[in-house]
Amino acid sequence: MSAWTPVLLTRVNHPNSEKISSYLEHGGYTALRKALSMAPSQIIAEVKASGLRGRGGAGFPTGVKWDFIPKDAPVKYLAVNTDEGEPGTFKDRLIVERDPHAILEGVIIAAYAIGAHRAFVYIRGEFFLGVKRWIKAIADAYQHGFLGKNILGSGFDLDVSVHRGAGAYICGEETAMIESLEGRRGEPRRKPPYPANVGLWGQPTLVQNVETLVNIPVIVSRGAAWYASIGTEQSKGPKIFCVSGHVNRPGNYELPLGTPLREIIYEHAGGVRMGRQVKAIVPGGASTPILRADKLDVPMAFETLQAAGSALGTGAVIVMDETTDMVEVIRRTTSFFVHESCSRCTPCRLGGRRLLDTLERIAAGSGGARDLVRLEELARGISGNTFCPMGTGMCEPVTSGLERFRDEFESRVTAR
Amino acid sequence: MKEPGELRTPVGSAISDPEKESMALSALYIAQEQHGKLTPEIIERVAQRMGMQPGEVFSIASFYTLFRTRPAGRFIIQVCDGLSCYLCDGADRIAEYVGAKLNLKPGETSADGRFSLEMVQCLASCGTAPAMRVNDQLYENLTPAGIDAIIERLLGEV
Repeated sequence: MSAWTPVLLTRVNHPNSEKISSYLEHGGYTALRKALSMAPSQIIAEVKASGLRGRGGAGFPTGVKWDFIPKDAPVKYLAVNTDEGEPGTFKDRLIVERDPHAILEGVIIAAYAIGAHRAFVYIRGEFFLGVKRWIKAIADAYQHGFLGKNILGSGFDLDVSVHRGAGAYICGEETAMIESLEGRRGEPRRKPPYPANVGLWGQPTLVQNVETLVNIPVIVSRGAAWYASIGTEQSKGPKIFCVSGHVNRPGNYELPLGTPLREIIYEHAGGVRMGRQVKAIVPGGASTPILRADKLDVPMAFETLQAAGSALGTGAVIVMDETTDMVEVIRRTTSFFVHESCSRCTPCRLGGRRLLDTLERIAAGSGGARDLVRLEELARGISGNTFCPMGTGMCEPVTSGLERFRDEFESRVTAR
Repeated sequence: MKEPGELRTPVGSAISDPEKESMALSALYIAQEQHGKLTPEIIERVAQRMGMQPGEVFSIASFYTLFRTRPAGRFIIQVCDGLSCYLCDGADRIAEYVGAKLNLKPGETSADGRFSLEMVQCLASCGTAPAMRVNDQLYENLTPAGIDAIIERLLGEV
């Protein structure tokens, strides 16, 4: 087991860690001073060289995304995605509640790098404490001259405000979030054009996840070379893994990308409850394909999880022991996605409903062998055929479950 | 420079957003806080203040689960129905336990209007499962004894 000294979750356990005084005591806003002495293009180059990829699920290279923002556009926006809703994921809520200034420092540096003078924080409506912490952090940052006009004498201006979501998973999708920020139903937009060119109010907009942003001050302080020395070939830096389910010590663990799943579960999260065996693992949040225990040695990185038949997603590891009813797990997960469908496009709205009906029939013991074929057909009809990635995400647990836990499905339909 | 306090200003001249419509969700939150639920009359008033059509505002309100067009209890108990809570003996089991104490099923409000019981999507408390919310307060690592204490306190508050 490699010893890793956290660089992201260094402050969250301190008393009053959310206060600006505490953040400043622990070296806060020194990266901002350094960044403001650099040219914006230098910062973008540094973030590119670091190899940082987005931590919200898609894993897009962050520096490349920043470079997509047109340099000559007169108005540009930054939107902070605090809409953490992927089941199994609880890292962004921790950071917002316990270390909001670390996000804000990343926000200011990112805005300076792309030339945005207005940033919007979009936060899940359920995160009541998080909303309060964001508002307080922003107010204190204004008072200390980290926000507003002429930040730290640099001539750079930035205003930030907080928008509360109101209970819609789909608003974590960047174009749905933009719609919601503009005050509408959170229905995804067609891509392209991507938000980097046409985002909020038609202006170039950088949308960035909370965990991604807290990596920025670290990269600026320690340099891209140091950052890129952590992790694997295609997955650089530290990652916060949210471990939950049947483990003895659930929680957020910051470890280098590439740390084996087995090490995360057994050495950090204390192993499986009551000494039981692992049966299944959701490695990256509810929309990532479910793995069997034979994949426990997979390194937790973008490329290795893809090769293992799943995805890193948000890094939310849900562990299920040998007593788990996989049909019920998949029925519940599907029920979540069907509830959260924005209902705009047919494959997701109707296909999802039929997936759930079929799974409910199987779970209740009244399904036939034909229902297993129906699930596969429905998943083929939904996956890749929806307006946004949610349709595909909805099918991942079903198709991976049918393939990898087939015996449980078969025993359920033949046992009636 | 705008005063930080104005960041919370929802409707009115101090809006710093490029378009007033972006305050629709904030306006609905305020209306709901003041009136408990978003009746057609309330929606109409919000629409007037925002310079929007009532239908537009209703369409927005109906999209988001935290906006209520029907009455709810003074204490809204929202039990997390997430996968991790289910795996940690939460979700349905918590709902059954709370429901038995208050004689309620998920989706119901008590006749005296004190309590509503609901199942909600993942509350991002998977590391501290099982979890539930009562109004804006989050409760984690729930146990039967812990729930007993919470309910007892709520009963005393009424």
